[in-house]
Amino acid sequence: MTGIKNKISAFGFPRLIIMAFLGLLIVLMFLMDIPAPLTFSQCIVRVGINMVLGLAMVPGIMAGTGMNFALPLGIECGLLAGMISLQFDMTGVGGIFAAMVISIPFSILAGLAYSQLINRVKGSEMMVSTYVGFSVVALMCIGWLILPFNHPSIVWPIGDGLRTTITLEKWYDRALNNLWAFSVAGVEIPVGLILVISVFSFLVWLFMRSRLGLMMKAVGSNPEFAKANGIHVDSMRTLATVISTILGGIGIIIYAQGFGFYQLYNAPLMMAFPAIAAVLIGGATPSRVTVFHVVFGTIMFQSMLAIATPVANSLIPEGNLSEVVRTIVSNGIILYALSRMQGGKR
Amino acid sequence: MSSQALLHFKNIKKSFSGNVVLDGVNFEIYPGQVVALAGENGAGKSTLMNILFGMSVIHDTGGYEGEIIFEGKNVQIQSPQEAMALGIGMVHQEFMLLPGFTVARNIKLNRENLVPSVVSRIAGKNYELLDQGAIIGDAKKALKRLGMEINPQTTVDKLPVGHMQFVEIAREIDKKNLKLLVLDEPTAVLTESEAERFLECIRKVADEGIAVIFISHRLDEVMELADSVVILRDGQMVFSEKTANTNKHEIAELMVGRKLEAESLINVNRNLPEDYILEVSHFKVNMPGEKSKDVSFRVKRGEIFGIGGLAGHGKTSISNGIFGMYPATGTVTYEGKQLQYGRVGEALKKGMAFVSEDRKGVGLLLEEPISLNMVYTDMRVNRHFLKKYVFFSQFDSQSSGQIVDEMIRELDIRCTGPEQPVGRLSGGNQQKVCVARALITKPKILFVSEPTRGIDIGAKQILLNYLVKINKELGITIVMTSSELNELRSVCDRIAIIGQGIVQGILKPDSPNVDFALLMSGEGKENSNDRNKE
Repeated sequence: MTGIKNKISAFGFPRLIIMAFLGLLIVLMFLMDIPAPLTFSQCIVRVGINMVLGLAMVPGIMAGTGMNFALPLGIECGLLAGMISLQFDMTGVGGIFAAMVISIPFSILAGLAYSQLINRVKGSEMMVSTYVGFSVVALMCIGWLILPFNHPSIVWPIGDGLRTTITLEKWYDRALNNLWAFSVAGVEIPVGLILVISVFSFLVWLFMRSRLGLMMKAVGSNPEFAKANGIHVDSMRTLATVISTILGGIGIIIYAQGFGFYQLYNAPLMMAFPAIAAVLIGGATPSRVTVFHVVFGTIMFQSMLAIATPVANSLIPEGNLSEVVRTIVSNGIILYALSRMQGGKR
Repeated sequence: MSSQALLHFKNIKKSFSGNVVLDGVNFEIYPGQVVALAGENGAGKSTLMNILFGMSVIHDTGGYEGEIIFEGKNVQIQSPQEAMALGIGMVHQEFMLLPGFTVARNIKLNRENLVPSVVSRIAGKNYELLDQGAIIGDAKKALKRLGMEINPQTTVDKLPVGHMQFVEIAREIDKKNLKLLVLDEPTAVLTESEAERFLECIRKVADEGIAVIFISHRLDEVMELADSVVILRDGQMVFSEKTANTNKHEIAELMVGRKLEAESLINVNRNLPEDYILEVSHFKVNMPGEKSKDVSFRVKRGEIFGIGGLAGHGKTSISNGIFGMYPATGTVTYEGKQLQYGRVGEALKKGMAFVSEDRKGVGLLLEEPISLNMVYTDMRVNRHFLKKYVFFSQFDSQSSGQIVDEMIRELDIRCTGPEQPVGRLSGGNQQKVCVARALITKPKILFVSEPTRGIDIGAKQILLNYLVKINKELGITIVMTSSELNELRSVCDRIAIIGQGIVQGILKPDSPNVDFALLMSGEGKENSNDRNKE
């Protein structure tokens, strides 16, 4: 009996609930005659476009700064780079990679500035980062209005500033998803997207096992140990913040191309939360994470959302129940994980 | 001594999920008697005390077998509250005091003397006021019984660490019905002189007719204080005898179950050449609680150099300063060159290694496996155990596995395997991992701080023997900081005594006890200069 209990607690109670819920949703989906291939195709896309945003959580957790609630900082850098790529009419897969490359210098600068702050608030990083995320979104709301973009398809026809939602049809709408894509039994396999996220997951995995990664891990699990081994704690935390911001910027570009839109202004405000929830469902804690946690968690969480939408819509046709479910689940998971951290052994 | 035993453990057995941790423990304790409970870490001492206190760990895991007879009655203690009601008190190894409260309030906590007030007459007893006078009076009385001069009105956070333990005892003896007092390694955090006072204190408590169970690793104390000794080994009671009928060596042997090499002054007459690997001069380290003010000494190549002294006088700050853990000033010359000790990691790069006195806080990554902990410093500093690719490196668990296995064997680390997280190991085995981590870097000079603090006697001996061995066979110079003078004397060539932040003098291990005592008490400064030149 205790053996089973231990195994369950090792696997994680929330993980089990989510898996059971996902199973239930899939059964319901078949019962209600919702077209399965279409739903599964959407699942794969949702998982793919959210993966890199989840990976952005890894460096922060490793270096002991916790979940990067300031993910919107990286997202804004990515959006800025995206806007530049649109302004100069960069199209296709090349346009996507160009946007990624353009985002990196912005992310480095923003990450460096932000890490100055994070190194001064040791112990309450996650709370501070939440507000940094919110603030930077507000700041960029002004930015989107006054930045000198003038491509007619991305600015308002009348007045100043960029549009709130910009469709990517003219540039690189689903370019990665469609790259080498094929379908099996009606399920679309977005090979390009899967390749790209696999490469990023692999790179993060490699980094975790490198000397630098192990140094970062030591800083996260015991800063005094790190110092006694000659590691500059603050510079490791800075590096982690910068990498996380870069991944956030790249993540949003992958997200936008798969989604088909760039969403500006208030859209990035809450984008850290689903990423964090996914990583936590995967089994990570605010102090310990593996790439497997990210991959598994993103698959679980995003599949659940993708399947819940059509199921909820056919159960209750009016209203947006699926949105409510999404909010409850993602915030509930974050709350659960954070409460566990406080009561745990640390 | 009354004829009836106060407490009688009868054939106590306990197992945790099939794992037997106590197997047939039998002993009695009479009023006014001090029984020492000895045994290595993991021998079952804490489990036995948990049973006595009715801790929930025991009930949650299926209870225990056997009987506890307290004052002639068979008792089944279900909770710590019941234990206290019976008159059993406990002083833990860690302090259980409220730092912001006065000594008096801590002693009387939750048993305050109360006076009725207007509100309490209506709202009930919980709203009565504290009778400060009576509280202070009672506290004073309790402290006086211990022979301690502590002002009951100072707050606990302003007390020296050594005094806190006395406050805890005072709290227990202030309980009117106290009949049995359990002390769990009470002297572990005390300095030698404080410990001596503490022992006197316990004697007084026992003379009042209170029975005492005393758990300690320090055998000298056991011999001095206890009327009888009970030894547990792997859950079995292997020995129960009057202290007068035994001796320290017998106890030590019984505890570990193997022959212990006689303590000897092994390095007393080594004549090493006048070749100094390390020179420290006017070194000042700002380490909270352990400040050193002006420390100068020289260490010969190939020697074991001891640094001793009382807690709080700055001995542990020296190695911490050299390894950049705390801000420091002064010059440190290593291999003829000035060491930039302020730069993090500089000392490590130059071939020095450090085993911190704070094993869990500084020495280990508790959640990581033994293997990573062991090779970490070498990987970090010397870039070993890495597979190198063009742009990046990868940790190579294969090449590290071999040396880790070797170290586990060499140091007799008791573990389930190299992948066991170090947080699950006992203190002694954790310390061995720390030493292994320092050694794998192949240092020229090794700094070890308090290598045997809080670990059992078996591990202690293995560690000390190992330090001597690497010093002899590999020629590694060792600077060892320790609070335990006997330990320093048993392995060191020379011992510097730090008092009040300065070097009071440097002695040979066979110098008479009185010299050490004088230096520690700070009376050796005037002749320390000539001794330094020796």
